[in-house]
Amino acid sequence: MTASLALGPAPDVPLSRINPCAQILASVVVSLVLLATLDVVTPAVVVAAELCLLPAAGLTSLRTLLLRTWPLLLGAATLAVVNLVLGDAGVLGALGIALRVVGLALPGVLLVASTDPVRLADALTVHWRFPPRVAVGSLAALRLVPLLVAEFETVQLARRTRGVEAGHNPLARVRLLAGVAFTLLVGAVRRAGRLATAMDARGFDSGIARTNARGSVLRARDHVFVAAAVVVAAAAVTTSVLAGTWAPLFVGG
Amino acid sequence: MVGPGSARLVARGLAVRHASRLAWALTGVDLVVEPGERVLVTGASGAGKSTLFAAVAGLLDPEAAEVFGELTVDGEPPRAARDRLGLLMQDPDSQLVMTRAGDDVAFGLENAGLPPAEIWPRVDAALADVGWRYSRERATQALSGGEKQRLVLAGALARRPGLLLLDEPTAQLDPAGSDVVRDAVSRAVAARGTTLLVVDHDAAPWLPLVDRVVEVRDGGLAEHPPGWRPLPRAAGLVLPPAPAWTSPVHPPPSGITDAGEPGPPPVDPAGRRRDPALVAAGAGFTYRGTTTPALAPTDLALHPGQVTAVTGPNGTGKSTLALLLAGLRAPTTGSVLASADLAVRGERRPHRWRAGAVVTRIGTVFQQPEHQFLTGRLRDELELGPLRSGTGSATARARAEELLERLGLAPFADANPYTLSGGQQRRLSVATALATAPRVLVLDEPTFGQDAATWRELVTLLAEQRAAGCAVCTVTHDRDLVDVLADEEVAL
Repeated sequence: MTASLALGPAPDVPLSRINPCAQILASVVVSLVLLATLDVVTPAVVVAAELCLLPAAGLTSLRTLLLRTWPLLLGAATLAVVNLVLGDAGVLGALGIALRVVGLALPGVLLVASTDPVRLADALTVHWRFPPRVAVGSLAALRLVPLLVAEFETVQLARRTRGVEAGHNPLARVRLLAGVAFTLLVGAVRRAGRLATAMDARGFDSGIARTNARGSVLRARDHVFVAAAVVVAAAAVTTSVLAGTWAPLFVGG
Repeated sequence: MVGPGSARLVARGLAVRHASRLAWALTGVDLVVEPGERVLVTGASGAGKSTLFAAVAGLLDPEAAEVFGELTVDGEPPRAARDRLGLLMQDPDSQLVMTRAGDDVAFGLENAGLPPAEIWPRVDAALADVGWRYSRERATQALSGGEKQRLVLAGALARRPGLLLLDEPTAQLDPAGSDVVRDAVSRAVAARGTTLLVVDHDAAPWLPLVDRVVEVRDGGLAEHPPGWRPLPRAAGLVLPPAPAWTSPVHPPPSGITDAGEPGPPPVDPAGRRRDPALVAAGAGFTYRGTTTPALAPTDLALHPGQVTAVTGPNGTGKSTLALLLAGLRAPTTGSVLASADLAVRGERRPHRWRAGAVVTRIGTVFQQPEHQFLTGRLRDELELGPLRSGTGSATARARAEELLERLGLAPFADANPYTLSGGQQRRLSVATALATAPRVLVLDEPTFGQDAATWRELVTLLAEQRAAGCAVCTVTHDRDLVDVLADEEVAL
């Protein structure tokens, strides 16, 4: 069943108290530093700092952490191996590349683990003037994802009841999957149409300036959080320069 | 009680024709609903109820439908009066927007530009008026279908509509869920005195809640007199009996007939003379990654020429049991075994069979017909199963023709299954399962949301299968279906 995929409100963890906008801003700060250099020390410092935030995002057990990050870790490892084998980066260079990928992606993992999608949409519309059409529309669409997963299973089973099955033939499997995808698409479009009707009926996007019932407040701790990200970025660069490994990407000449 | 701001609905000489159709969906409809009045619009599938609802709700696309005559809510056309309308439709999942209950009710008020300080008191009032029992923080995903509809109603009510419009709000719910919705509606209209228009083919449950009933018939409207009640759908229904060789209810004393002479010896102690086609022994199922079983170990035998009804409240694993019996999932405990003569090269476990072998042995009908449609034409849909199981194309075509004729679907032979009405789709999905003449038929809620006419057709169809010796198993909440058709009831 798909109960584990049900998108409910996110659990309340310490990091949830940081405004999503502050989290995004902080991740932009460290990303800029990661993108600016090719060495191994800078991403190591950044990743170390990010790892310190894992408990605050409720990611304390190795199992849940791996469950959320295995595609990322796999990707980073593949990239490192490819660079090691085919490139001239060497062991340290390959490690640096893998660490950069992890460092760039971890803020996203932290954000998803700690932030309710509704709070994210609230923050984006209130502070950064995101159009409600996009923000609220995405929220509504997000609700439909678990339904789509459940429907995927049902439609697959339904094919078998009609005598249609791929067996061990990979080509037939692809064709079958394409058929299932099409059925799902038809269903999703129809459901989306009904949802749009229901949202219209409650006055969505009717030209009136929309208010926000929950609001979104930037507090002192949010400013501190962004400042901390700047400190981490500065510390990473400083350490790298002092260690003599700083290798900036964009240097004239 | 007439609530403040209750709306008045007026339709005079209303006629609607959908683009690309020659026939009028509605003609000469006259209907006045006074402020605070509660009216039920009933009628068979395809009579034009949905069109009337769409017209009143302002949902008709002017480019896709021609509308003639007068239709106003408080003197304005429905589109202009959109803010005066509160809508509750069939599918709860495509009406909820937010992940938390309170946020969802607030959604419509945010859209109206209300200051946040005014929003929450109105949210709480609306939730109270529909009988909400949880906190505002309750996750919408965790709610039952009935409670979801209750929440949608609160969301509509919070905007203080003058006219509440309900379109078959219980069509996708089990009896318990339907009761929840009607409870919410009756509380809401009692608290607010809002004008109410309910559109539903199933009239009886709404009667205590409405002041009068009108029926859409052949595109026009007829008013029922006070005290009108619909005919019970099983009234006068004559079904082919179970085959003579089954007598599951009153097993004859072994070996002796009424005349006191020795009769043919029964084969099993319950008096049935045919071995079961399919037997579940302690069959249970637990989804991977979960600890509580979706289906506790269950014993069940499906006998040829007998209808077995599987009943019980939601969450007891009825649909899961159907999946096991249909060979779609392997039981995680116990077994599901077919009889020796159904076995495929000695393999008696249906989930191990190839799909082509399954369709000639076990026909399966899902809750949602659309999930099972695979082609673009009814004719192809009916030929698919036979062709897949290795039947020649001439035989498959003849079989399809015969089924189309029998089920009254012949006029639509070249139509796309998706364009059929709900009742027609249901008949088609049963027909596709019958096309391969399976010995076992497994159905999940076949009568769900069907009007009286379709209900009678389905029940007759299943009784015919039983008479022909098919072992029929139906998962159902439908008490009438169990009473009329079931030879045995297994309550989970």
